[in-house]
Amino acid sequence: MGDVGIRGAGGAPPPLVAEGLVRAYAGVRVLAGVDLTVEAGETLALLGPNGAGKTTLLRVFALLLRPSAGRLALFDVDARSAPPALRRRLGYLAHESFCYPDLSGAENLTFHARLFRVPAARERVDALLAWAGLETAGRRPIRFYSRGMSQRLALARALLHDPDLLLLDEPFSGLDPAAVETLQERLVALRKAGRAIVLTTHDLDRAAPIATRTAILHRGRIASVLDSRGADDVAAAYRAVVAGGR
Amino acid sequence: MRGALVIFRKDLSIEWRTREGVSSVLVLGLLLLVVLTVAHDAPPEAAPALAPSVLWATFLFTGLLGVQRGFLLERENDCLAGLLVSPIDPAAIYVGKLSANVALLAVMQLFVVPLVGLFLHLDLMPVLPALLIVLALGNFGFAALATLFAAISVRVRAREVMLPLLLLPLLVPLLIGTVSATRSVLAGGLALATDAVTVLVAFDVIFAVAGWLLFAYVVRD
Repeated sequence: MGDVGIRGAGGAPPPLVAEGLVRAYAGVRVLAGVDLTVEAGETLALLGPNGAGKTTLLRVFALLLRPSAGRLALFDVDARSAPPALRRRLGYLAHESFCYPDLSGAENLTFHARLFRVPAARERVDALLAWAGLETAGRRPIRFYSRGMSQRLALARALLHDPDLLLLDEPFSGLDPAAVETLQERLVALRKAGRAIVLTTHDLDRAAPIATRTAILHRGRIASVLDSRGADDVAAAYRAVVAGGR
Repeated sequence: MRGALVIFRKDLSIEWRTREGVSSVLVLGLLLLVVLTVAHDAPPEAAPALAPSVLWATFLFTGLLGVQRGFLLERENDCLAGLLVSPIDPAAIYVGKLSANVALLAVMQLFVVPLVGLFLHLDLMPVLPALLIVLALGNFGFAALATLFAAISVRVRAREVMLPLLLLPLLVPLLIGTVSATRSVLAGGLALATDAVTVLVAFDVIFAVAGWLLFAYVVRD
């Protein structure tokens, strides 16, 4: 995965402010009052055991799920209105790639570039395919991609429109060590350029070096927030939260 | 509406590459036509009365298959969510999918209508312009309603059963209108089908507007 240009970002309100976010499914509260602020130029790693609500929280942040209660503001805009222009500023990597199996990698990225009205789309698509190491495979239908290739394409799709707020759900999943390293470098570069990044992971060793803060989500609430720490310190805090049931 | 055009082109591109939608609706359409005409075994003089119901029953069931497949494209890899996180109005997604469905159904009609004439020994050429208007109105009305309900049913577990269960009762006015209009057209021309065509136009407008307005609520959790 190679180099792709990053747009500079100016001063602005916090990209993400969540206050008392609740999301319930059939009466079960998956999110039970999440309070969280993410500033521009920071990378927040969101940790939590299985079922803690990480994916649900990211889908709420990505405007795919409406909160049952609470307030979410993205770039100082109330997310309930979710205007299309607001979605242009978000980049979301989900567990699924959002890409059509019968189209090639290049065709999928071109399709999304058109939806996002990316300027100089062809050059941007080519650059991202090169970054993802998919120059050759990018011409083949993605039905034949491996798990890792699909993940790299999905990352390229999330980065395509150079979003101001990146929401990455398990971004290291399926990637080989070289691709992990390239992604880490990319995320650090984006953060330094002023982007805000929220990523969920179970992989402390990969998240700790690039995170400026770490939040631990447990039973639908933010149980702990740590400033930049090593993986061992984060792991200790994580174990304390989960074992303590805080 | 640029987003709608992008989605429409994407759907056509996938269909052109796989030809799964077209081939499945054409094969099903042919089979239904054969079954219905053989089952009726109508004498030539009964053909004008029989042709409208054979034509639109075939259209209805093949159309269900085609529209359902159009939304299954969006289910794989959660592509519908990919559309919803993009900066386009959900109504544009509806228009894009509706346009693709109309195009697919039009191809199916181009195939099925001549076969109805062939199987039932009907000369459709003299009434073709009027028949095309009825076909277009029936196609659009069906697609307008089916696109909305396909978006609902694609998210549920028993989607293959759910779409016909939800859709067919609501399609009864359209079916009555199209059969009546087609029968009038075959009997003498569009002038005889004024009432039925009015019903079809009203149906098309109501459900296209309903789809436009409701689609955002249907596809978002």
